[in-house]
Amino acid sequence: MATKKFMYLNRRSSFGTVYAIESLEVVLIAAAFEQDVSLAFMDDGVYQIVEGQETDGIGMKNFSKTFHALGDYDINKLYVSKESLEERGLSESDLMPLVYEDEDDDWEEKPSIRVVTNDELKAIMSEQDVCLSF
Amino acid sequence: MKFAIQVNEGPYQHQASDTAFQFAKAAIENGHEVMRVFFYHDGVNNASRFTLPPQDDRHVVNNWASLDIKDADGNPELVVCVAAALRRGMLDESEASKNSIDGNNIHPAFRISGLGQLIEAGIQCDRLVVFGD
Repeated sequence: MATKKFMYLNRRSSFGTVYAIESLEVVLIAAAFEQDVSLAFMDDGVYQIVEGQETDGIGMKNFSKTFHALGDYDINKLYVSKESLEERGLSESDLMPLVYEDEDDDWEEKPSIRVVTNDELKAIMSEQDVCLSF
Repeated sequence: MKFAIQVNEGPYQHQASDTAFQFAKAAIENGHEVMRVFFYHDGVNNASRFTLPPQDDRHVVNNWASLDIKDADGNPELVVCVAAALRRGMLDESEASKNSIDGNNIHPAFRISGLGQLIEAGIQCDRLVVFGD
């Protein structure tokens, strides 16, 4: 099967609407298709990967831990909009320390999150074959 | 050109499904192929055969059915995500009997399947067009 570049663009926060969790479900299924997968987080989507989410009080499943599994599925390109972080008073240190093991570098643990400017993100998006927006 | 379409919003609440339908219809009329339409999120509600709009309104479900989008073997290619459907009370005959529920509501022009069908459509088509917010 041909390999294409798939990007999953996340623009909404974890809870409030179903888009975030159902996007993550697509990403996990997509991992089985051995495509070149990347994720982008912008606008309120940056809240999806904030560290220390706690959902007991709202009776929702805390699926944020699932992001830690992405590295095991060879999904290790998570682009985060610098502007969207700043607009919300957040910085990279507020995000979950998501990592993957680089098989080309003696399985060294490396960060999956890459904070990029919107201009950089625009260039990365324009390289994609398929972009799914959630 | 070979298109796949993803519909992320329910009927009547949101225009996404209407716009996607108009897009699919225009594509087919202009000689393009719509290989598959994939319904996700609240978009799964576009497949309910119990949909009864007032007579002077468009019938979103029948509109989709009228496009007659099928594969070479005659199987519907209006595909409803199984996980999204089940959690919203959308069942076909097989899922209803599997879960001991005494009814089903998926229109026969649609079929229930997995998210893999969306990824496959993205791989096989020239364009995957997403309709929603």
